[in-house]
Amino acid sequence: MAVTARADGGLDWRRRTPRGDLAVWAGWLAAVALTVACFEYISQRTIWAFVWDAPTQGADLVGRMFPPRWSYAEQLWKPLWDTVNIATLGTVLAVVFGVPLAFLAAHNTTPSRLLVRPVALFVIVASRSINSLIWALVLVIVLGPGMLAGVLAIGLRSVGFIAKLLYEAIEEIDATQVEAVSATGASRPQVLAWGIVPQVMPAFAGLTVFRWDINIREATVLGLVGAGGIGMQLQSSINVLAWPQVTMIFVLILGTVLVSEWLSARVRHAII
Amino acid sequence: MRGDEAGDGALLRIKGLSKRYPTGDLALDGVDLAVPPGQVMALIGPSGAGKSTLIRCVNRLVEPTAGRVVLDGQEITGLGAGALRRARRRMGMIFQEYALVERLTVMENVLSGRLGYTGFWASWFRRFPRRDIEQAFRLLDRVGLAQMADKRADALSGGQRQRVGILRALMQEPALLLVDEPTASLDPKTSRQIMRLLVELCEEHGLAAIINIHDVALARQFARRIVGLRAGRIVFDGPAEALGAEALTAIYGEEDWSQTIRRADEDEMEEAAA
Amino acid sequence: MSAAASLPARGKTGFDAAAAARAWRPPPLIAAPWLRYAVYLGALAYAVLAFGTLEVNWARAAEGLERGLRFLSGFFPPDFTSKGDDILEGLMESLTMTVVSTVIGIALSIPVALGASRNLAPLPVYLVCRAIIAVSRTFQEIIIAIVFVAMVGFGPLAGMLTLSFATIGFMAKLLAEDIEDIEAAQAEAVRATGSSWFQLLAWGILPQVRPRLIGLSAYRLDINFRESAVLGLVGAGGIGDTLNTSFDRYEFDTAAAVLLIIIVIVLACEYSSSWIRRKVQ
Repeated sequence: MAVTARADGGLDWRRRTPRGDLAVWAGWLAAVALTVACFEYISQRTIWAFVWDAPTQGADLVGRMFPPRWSYAEQLWKPLWDTVNIATLGTVLAVVFGVPLAFLAAHNTTPSRLLVRPVALFVIVASRSINSLIWALVLVIVLGPGMLAGVLAIGLRSVGFIAKLLYEAIEEIDATQVEAVSATGASRPQVLAWGIVPQVMPAFAGLTVFRWDINIREATVLGLVGAGGIGMQLQSSINVLAWPQVTMIFVLILGTVLVSEWLSARVRHAII
Repeated sequence: MRGDEAGDGALLRIKGLSKRYPTGDLALDGVDLAVPPGQVMALIGPSGAGKSTLIRCVNRLVEPTAGRVVLDGQEITGLGAGALRRARRRMGMIFQEYALVERLTVMENVLSGRLGYTGFWASWFRRFPRRDIEQAFRLLDRVGLAQMADKRADALSGGQRQRVGILRALMQEPALLLVDEPTASLDPKTSRQIMRLLVELCEEHGLAAIINIHDVALARQFARRIVGLRAGRIVFDGPAEALGAEALTAIYGEEDWSQTIRRADEDEMEEAAA
Repeated sequence: MSAAASLPARGKTGFDAAAAARAWRPPPLIAAPWLRYAVYLGALAYAVLAFGTLEVNWARAAEGLERGLRFLSGFFPPDFTSKGDDILEGLMESLTMTVVSTVIGIALSIPVALGASRNLAPLPVYLVCRAIIAVSRTFQEIIIAIVFVAMVGFGPLAGMLTLSFATIGFMAKLLAEDIEDIEAAQAEAVRATGSSWFQLLAWGILPQVRPRLIGLSAYRLDINFRESAVLGLVGAGGIGDTLNTSFDRYEFDTAAAVLLIIIVIVLACEYSSSWIRRKVQ
């Protein structure tokens, strides 16, 4: 906000100084120019004839996708069960490793701020920056196709997620409660168990359920690279262009995700 | 480990205690203080005078920069981590904002006073000795909270929470209570009740106490001895009756103190009449 | 000196501490006993069943260790140069895709968010907007990408459309929650001046949600880049395409280079997006 003196001695009110105005406009202009340039780049790599054809293609696709092949569902229950297991076991794995990692990374619980904390933070960042699908791609090459690669991929990606959110929660706790427990003569592990754990318990439970919900979604596509679950059926159905089967898979995924979202919302509501 | 001071009868002896924070603020500047067993002492002074730092230096929640703290013949300053934990059991601490672990039950909060006497796994599974639980119930009954044992701490009112905070300290079977502004978050009536309870419990259990308090009237009413702190130095140390306008000016600076003194005297008379 | 000795076993109130102590049990995590045991049993049964499905091929896994070592050694040293053009091409596709889809996604998510706020929109509009959000959030980006690739062909355009669509669901949901949470009093005060619906948006609501809007946009830019790195697996362009190709051709040194680049860019995105969020909040 800026108030400037006018030539006639009165005062002018404007939201910004003229220079500020200029900077804001320049910023917007740059943003628009960047977006247009980026779009131009993409456009050069696009065969627009295909795109103009998209409505027809889309209509054709929808025509081929419906009705779904309901009978295919019989073959899908097992992969669907696998998918849920990949997500759940992956989340358990992530909790087992993520919780200690969070305590090592939080600046108020880490054994050493100079040595341990940076290492823990690096592990968290590395885990988070690689998508679970890429983890799966790598793990399938190492371990061979199957659920194990999927569980590990989900676990590796979620460790960082859980550890990051948990250590942020640990850093935000009320320090006087911890101080009070230390003042009774409690040992370090006791201070952790009595002063810190009760305070972060709701956050921990909430974010674990939240991650499980995300993992259900992620687990549905891991099969595309061979890491188990319903994605395997999706891949093979697409390969043979069996679109009614693809639709059936989509319907099941939609149902599963909706149920898991409802469940996680219920659990989070019950905790908080 | 009884040292040279054992003979003179003081429970707590502080010598030349100084604390300089990393920011450069000198919170304590060569404090000398001795507290005999069973004495309830009020520590008054303006905000930032170092009251809080002083009692936190006694149990080393704040690490003093210089000076010595000796409790019952044992030098607290310089103890290793394990020995310090054992020494802390002898010093119960009571906090301004109660500092209860909000998500634990009243009973768990009271029992947390026994953590220093209990192994990790036993405390993790809440397996405390029967006599600790009995003692906790007795104390809860003493302050009228026996029926609240399984309520969560965050369901209690301010006065009830502070009672639980006091019991947590008592469960340590301490010789000394370190009390940090026990009434700052309470209304006037509850403040009085809490102060009276503190003094009574100290008498019943034969405890000494250092009570940080900013309310001069309450201090005069409930403590026999008053110590005034200003800018990290002790500027007054004497019986409550000796705390007059001159002493208050020394502690807080120039101000008209007649109202404060009169009010405290009236309170005292009211108290005596009641 | 024992503190316990100074209190009688039975206080003035007649309360029996010993009996109370005998009756006391540590508070359980779940209060209702039947629910507690049901949860424990359920968890146990699930653990048995789930591990049963895992079917670990231990021989293969042991072999995997050796393969893994060989694989890891294939990663070193990372090779940035021999497929440098491909990497650059994939990277540019990912970056441009990220920028365009974030802009389009945000632009479209604002009207959807307004429509999905119960305190602003009439019921039919609300339901339509909520449905858009639900569909966009339910399916993993990869699945949406498969559909878009089928419609517009291989290439970054499919990726761009995918990410725009995913951004709409993400942004609109969080923004709508925020709009529903705004202080009614402030909006009320603006409405009381006799302003129109658009003025209400500009003066009563936008100022309250602006910091969150900027913060979410920065966050979503970050997510979009991460996602753009995998869309290539189904032919929707970007650096994931390069990664997938190099895995297919067993060019692990190139794959390592790509992975490193992804990590570095994700880190840069994460730090700048959290910097922006700190700045506006």
